[in-house]
Amino acid sequence: MKNAIQEPQTILLLGGTSDIGRAIVHELDSPVLRSVVLACRRPDEVDTAGLSEHAEVTTVRFDALEHGDHERLIAEIAADVGDLDVVIQAFGELGVDDGDDPEAGARLAEVNYVGAVSSGLAVSRRLRSQGHGTLIVLSSVAGIRTRPSNFVYGSTKAAQDAFSTGLGHALHGSGARVMTVRPGFVRSSMTEGLDEAPFAVDPADVATATVAGLRRGAEVVWAPGILRFVFGILRFVPGPIWRKLDR
Amino acid sequence: MSVDTNRRSLSGWGNTAPSVATVVHRTGSELTHPGALELLGDVDRGVIARGLGRSYGDPAQNAGGTVIRLDEGQIELDATSGTVTVGAGVSLDTLLRRIVPQGWFVPVTPGTRFVTVGGCIASDIHGKNHHADRSFGSHVISMRMLLADGSVRGVTAESDADLWWATLGGMGLTGIIIDATFRLIPIETVRCLVDTERVPNLDALLDRMETGDHQYRYSVAWIDLVATGASLGRAVLSRGNHATLNELRSYVPGAADDPLKFDPPALPGVPVGMPNVLNRAAVRAFNEVWYRKTPREHHGTETLTGFFHPLDMVGHWNRLYGRNGFLQYQFVVPFGEVATLRTIITKVSAGGHASFLAVLKRFGAESGGLLSFPKPGWTLTLDLPAGVDGLGRLLHELDDLVMAAGGRHYLAKDAVSSPEVIRAGYPRFDDWLAIRRSVDPDGLWVSDQARRLELI
Repeated sequence: MKNAIQEPQTILLLGGTSDIGRAIVHELDSPVLRSVVLACRRPDEVDTAGLSEHAEVTTVRFDALEHGDHERLIAEIAADVGDLDVVIQAFGELGVDDGDDPEAGARLAEVNYVGAVSSGLAVSRRLRSQGHGTLIVLSSVAGIRTRPSNFVYGSTKAAQDAFSTGLGHALHGSGARVMTVRPGFVRSSMTEGLDEAPFAVDPADVATATVAGLRRGAEVVWAPGILRFVFGILRFVPGPIWRKLDR
Repeated sequence: MSVDTNRRSLSGWGNTAPSVATVVHRTGSELTHPGALELLGDVDRGVIARGLGRSYGDPAQNAGGTVIRLDEGQIELDATSGTVTVGAGVSLDTLLRRIVPQGWFVPVTPGTRFVTVGGCIASDIHGKNHHADRSFGSHVISMRMLLADGSVRGVTAESDADLWWATLGGMGLTGIIIDATFRLIPIETVRCLVDTERVPNLDALLDRMETGDHQYRYSVAWIDLVATGASLGRAVLSRGNHATLNELRSYVPGAADDPLKFDPPALPGVPVGMPNVLNRAAVRAFNEVWYRKTPREHHGTETLTGFFHPLDMVGHWNRLYGRNGFLQYQFVVPFGEVATLRTIITKVSAGGHASFLAVLKRFGAESGGLLSFPKPGWTLTLDLPAGVDGLGRLLHELDDLVMAAGGRHYLAKDAVSSPEVIRAGYPRFDDWLAIRRSVDPDGLWVSDQARRLELI
């Protein structure tokens, strides 16, 4: 059960190796935090040290592609640690995106979008029945306007973002909440070796913005905040200029 | 997704941490019917009773479960014994409107009339007279309770000692109180004779209270937590007694014709959707004006409402804190722990967390309730806007200071602490838990607070 200042007792991180997800867990650490569950494909290899001073950190096997298993898994985790106060949907792949590989493109859509839908709905079912809880979805500005250089990835994030904000509206009045987080370029293991985009931030910056948003009851959080205005404009930039900007 | 029409979002008076539950209304007599619990249907996530929702945090809500709102019930005044039997859903507002014109007052009142008798017992509330009269539970003679096995039982301290002492201050987690009989105090007038004085700093305040409180039935100090340095802990100390008819004649001759006329005013309430206007600048200005407007010393009469329930004149004043809400942090530390009190006041003053209301009071003896809050010592209450960066760090730091000083937190206010802090503050917590488990082995009575603080 979260307290009056939105400090959770339990956190489930779907995508237990995600740098941003782990930074959010770290930011949410407090003396009331009791359990953190890291869910990922290879639970034996995930590092549990240093995430929380107060909570017991455990790992569990989770694969975004195993849709049929998500509901059972969520129920099992809740049976183990109790009500899920905060669930972070942080898994995802960037893919090697040249927009020319049907199979790789489909896989990216499977992980980033279909996996988000099936795990998101499983979480939503649990949160509705418990009458409280927050699902934090890590979307991306890449989905706000897809760039030619990574439009397949961008399209999966666009779909995930639409799912997330829609789910948030659908859950209104149920006690459960969804918060959609739209980071810009984040210096993380997922983007290692890539050229930095303007307004690049670290995972810790995204975490700070996310937790501040949680406290004020935000539905959408941009990280950094200025991207909300930047993309407010970029959305309407004419195609020829948009293509040039992506060089 | 279908929506159950009885599902409602509930929060405490602080408007923080809302959750959704199925809310059902019941009268006291409906709860005494056989099968009253079965009629609730699916209670997998438990049941909790809710009064008027004036607890600040989450004790009167039950996420995903069932919340019972008890409707107002009977008031039976026995003027010969000076006792009253009241349905647990009756508010002190209703009760006072009935008994004050007949020359009676409740033995203990909190800072608002808008609490129910059931809530007064479940939180074992205290008032400005704790040093003289102890808490509400000390004046209760008997009660009827609906227990988890569906039975209805008349309970007294003698007949069911365990259940009795686990229920006073037990936050509704031992059963639902249906009605209760308690002692009243006689009054001759609706006014109090009050001494108000400005005190320049904390040392002077503690000294004034220690040496003079015994001359008054009621005593409370409002501290300006924005003041620092040499003025740290400057306060307005207000102490009084019920005015006798003779005193009323000499102070307010005009009111003596109808000395028990009780008709508290209600001013317009604060609308929904108000932004937080109690920001740091506003609170600083308010504190300054409040301190300055008080004469150095004043002796005169105040109405019951003005003296006991001034905030009731503004409906929903809690909305002044905006959508992030606020919390009230209240703790008690033993009298010997003045250093801790000073450290905490210094931290809050220095931390820049604006506290609109900070109230200091000396507590008297314990009531005996296993989870009853008051015990001999200094109790300080702070109102703090939630949603402020760094608030968690400050409050957990204060938790540790209170714990190290052998103090405890008030469950009717708590909205932030951890199970460890609460357990440390209540040395008989394990006894309470054992009783709770024996009267409710399947954990029927559950609240968000019970989940959060592991009171189950």
